[in-house]
Amino acid sequence: MFLITRRSVLLLGAGLAFTLIAADEAAATPAETDAELQKFTGGAAAEAGKIAIDLPEIAENGNTVPLTIKVDSPMTADDYVSEILVLADGNPNPRVVRFHLTADAGRAEIGTRIRLNATENVIVAAKTSAGRFYAERKVVKVTVGGCGG
Amino acid sequence: MADKPRLRIPSEAKKGEVIVIKTLMSHPMETGFRKDDAGNVIPREIINTFVCTFNGREVFRADLEPAIAANPYFEFTMRVKESGTFAFAWKDDNGEVTTAEQSITVS
Repeated sequence: MFLITRRSVLLLGAGLAFTLIAADEAAATPAETDAELQKFTGGAAAEAGKIAIDLPEIAENGNTVPLTIKVDSPMTADDYVSEILVLADGNPNPRVVRFHLTADAGRAEIGTRIRLNATENVIVAAKTSAGRFYAERKVVKVTVGGCGG
Repeated sequence: MADKPRLRIPSEAKKGEVIVIKTLMSHPMETGFRKDDAGNVIPREIINTFVCTFNGREVFRADLEPAIAANPYFEFTMRVKESGTFAFAWKDDNGEVTTAEQSITVS
């Protein structure tokens, strides 16, 4: 049994707080997610309609949700997609993945599997070698969340 | 990290063709958001970086977060112009790197 001193109560409290924050922080906020997007674009406007996001309308299992991204780009040495950022605004951490491509990709098309905590928006943003930005979002309804225990 | 990564890449292609590369790595991608039965947080342990090079030149890279599903899967494309070797590397939070290679004949 430990001495209940003020210091130990503070430490215990801090420890509990950390655990609570780490384990129970269920969702990012749309504001945090938007902040990530703004960091990516540097505040520049992002054009809609250039990214096709293939995601199920309803994800039965949030632990593994297939995602395919296709960006409309000539993918030539002068004009290619150099980065793609994926965000999810209802996950504990809004960042999902960041891809780096070269003109050698031929097409800006990527497939992967992601985790979604709850019904939320998945946002895909792309940056081109010419300094332009594209962004698109899609809602996914999640039946069983995939981030917690 | 356990099993060998799995790759699906064509063994041959025509010059200028855009091929599809599929990769699968075995890893639980422990998010750091789960708790064990005693209520303790299970620490995060994920693959955080995936890199693909062709003949030594980087052609694709992914910075992964815990929201990439277990057994990270990536499918991407490349326009091949010459024969050579693809090399893949997955790096985890402990700095451990798993690698794999595959060659392609381009004519």
